[in-house]
Amino acid sequence: MGITFRKETFRDDFTFKNSPEHIRRFPFPFQEDSYMYAVNIEPHVRGPKGSVLENLIDVDEHYVAEMQDRALVLAEDPLRCQSLPHMTLAGWDLLELLMEQQALGYPEHFTLTRDGDRWRWINRPLGIDDTFTFGDVSTLPYGPMEYITRQSQGDFCILDQRDGNLWMDAGMVTTQADWSLDFDIGMNFFEWHAPVPLAHEKGIFVRALKFLTNIQQGKPARRLNWTMTINPRLDTSPENYHKWGPDRATVTPENVGDKVHLRVELQSFWRLPRSNGIVFPIRCYLIKMDELVTQPKWARRLHRVIRDLPDELANYKGLTRYRPTLLEWLSKLDDGSPTSPGFGPD
Amino acid sequence: MSTGTTKLDVVVSDVVPVNELVTRFHFRRRDGALLPRFSGGAHVVVEMRDGERTRLNPYSLMGSPLDTREYTISVRRDDVGRGGSLFMHRNVRPGMEMVISYPVNLFSLDLRARKHLMLAGGIGITPFMAQTAQLAAEGGNFELHYTCRTASLGTYADVLRERYDRRVRLYHDDRDERIELDRLLSSQPLGTHLYVCGPSGMIGWVRDSAASLGWPTETVHFEHFAAPQPGAPFDVTLGLSGRTIRVGEQQSLLEAIEAAGVDPPYLCRGGVCGQCETNVIAHDGKFIHNDHWLSEEEHRSCKKIMPCVSRFEGRSLVLER
Ligand code: HEM
Ligand code: FES
Repeated sequence: MGITFRKETFRDDFTFKNSPEHIRRFPFPFQEDSYMYAVNIEPHVRGPKGSVLENLIDVDEHYVAEMQDRALVLAEDPLRCQSLPHMTLAGWDLLELLMEQQALGYPEHFTLTRDGDRWRWINRPLGIDDTFTFGDVSTLPYGPMEYITRQSQGDFCILDQRDGNLWMDAGMVTTQADWSLDFDIGMNFFEWHAPVPLAHEKGIFVRALKFLTNIQQGKPARRLNWTMTINPRLDTSPENYHKWGPDRATVTPENVGDKVHLRVELQSFWRLPRSNGIVFPIRCYLIKMDELVTQPKWARRLHRVIRDLPDELANYKGLTRYRPTLLEWLSKLDDGSPTSPGFGPD
Repeated sequence: MSTGTTKLDVVVSDVVPVNELVTRFHFRRRDGALLPRFSGGAHVVVEMRDGERTRLNPYSLMGSPLDTREYTISVRRDDVGRGGSLFMHRNVRPGMEMVISYPVNLFSLDLRARKHLMLAGGIGITPFMAQTAQLAAEGGNFELHYTCRTASLGTYADVLRERYDRRVRLYHDDRDERIELDRLLSSQPLGTHLYVCGPSGMIGWVRDSAASLGWPTETVHFEHFAAPQPGAPFDVTLGLSGRTIRVGEQQSLLEAIEAAGVDPPYLCRGGVCGQCETNVIAHDGKFIHNDHWLSEEEHRSCKKIMPCVSRFEGRSLVLER
């Protein structure tokens, strides 16, 4: 069967859209009518067929367009991809993980064949067929992390584990919600989380770090995070704030449904075998309000979550400016009836 | 979640006596596939079914991380301990089916180091076998100083000398050879990391010397499995499940909790990883803390215990399990 990859853009004319099947599989992040930070970590195991969890590394209809957008970002700003010198081994670990998982989940699109250290990787959607020596950087056109993350949806941080902490020593970050790899490179878990409100006081990061430093090989974990973005723009980086920041002022009652997007990150945590590092894939899913409200339960619940969100969180997530307009629009879809528990549509 | 890690079904592919105290065990996957990759310094937890009881002991992987057709561990016979090593020596034979955990690394190389300075004492040599293999393959810079009681008890000293020649230096107690630690530690190039694995006296000596010579703590790495110590039996009430159990002389508190059918988290079973940390609800008596995880202050507070290695003496203890 295979996936039909959409031709679409995440900039300029913004032609990004979800097909009806992709609306239904959207990872809606609220399991109740309110939201607060918590240590929401669970084992990353496979979920129902047709969901974003059917495979542990998800590839969807936006794959090709996202990879093209990533190439554009990198051409303008090579610092979105960085790897400190001691992280090359972890880069090979990541290359192995992503090739294995993509070939396993989508054999019609990706094929990996190994003969000892001699590997052949076929990526049909992007027209790639490369043979290389595993562990020998000179046999690939880029370093191992950059090579494979130019072919994998989502951002990736690779953390080195030392002194009971995690250090952001490598990454490919082009689809981020307003943070910068170039700023965070070399920082530890507490340092890069410093801007987050309320969560430090609640002890969330201390507990999360204890959990992460003990993540075991073969036992990945995951959590969901969310924010909102005006226009389906993947690259909302501080570096390009001048391009997307002003969009927040363009939301009107007439264009909410088309312009305002819920942005959900499916974050997972994997121990890397050779380097003992951890990789943190941040897979970003976008859905515009018009698409989201086709599921009445999601519309009602999102209204209540945004209405009752603490101001600190709304500010941190950058919603403050258009929150009243959005709420006004969503309130018309909330008749006050109860919502069923759990994430899924009714 | 019944265990700290994913498990591997293996078969013992070889048992090789190395010297009068040490025996090496080889494991392969029962389905013939490759074992998971690992990083130098990692250990596995070996499950030993000994009649009614199950012992779980951690052992460092000593093979090359580049070749995972089999895993190898070396076990030193300990005649006075709780019997895990005796079980391995007496009962484990080629062809036997066993269960081991996925590799876990609590003694990882710092790959930023310009040079890796390694100090091993006795059976503490095993994690360095894997680390030196990993570094040698990458052209890494290391130097290994290895102390043993006698030449015949210098487990793998010959192998290491043959592989790495002058990068390995041996010291024999019976010949009064001692590491000149202060001189060694004061003559290292910038960017050197120090690794030590051996008896706790040696670890303490090396850490103290490094500290007094101004080595930053993040450059000093040590592997320190506290073997669970036998001790007097004691009773514990598990507050959440409402049961009272007895911890036997030869059993750890963690093992007793598991035997009662409760599945607490664990990884290292050696008091270093922090996974089994358990809250104390009430107590009347004295804690015998043997872990390296809780701070001294936490030990004094009597509010937490690490059941994999620590014990209790007194009238009553209620835990949040
Ligand atoms: C090693 C894995 C992780 C990495 C690399 C990571 C990275 C980040 C980064 C770069 C930010 C943005 C901070 C900024 O504003 O500059 C962030 C935000 C945040 N992180 Fe993490 N994080 C990790 C794991 C976790 C875990 C395990 C938790 C909690 C259980 C967590 C909770 C949060 C929260 C609550 C925010 C604020 C997000 C929002 O409201 O949009 N993170 N993280
Ligand atoms: S299991 Fe690791 S400290 Fe107890």
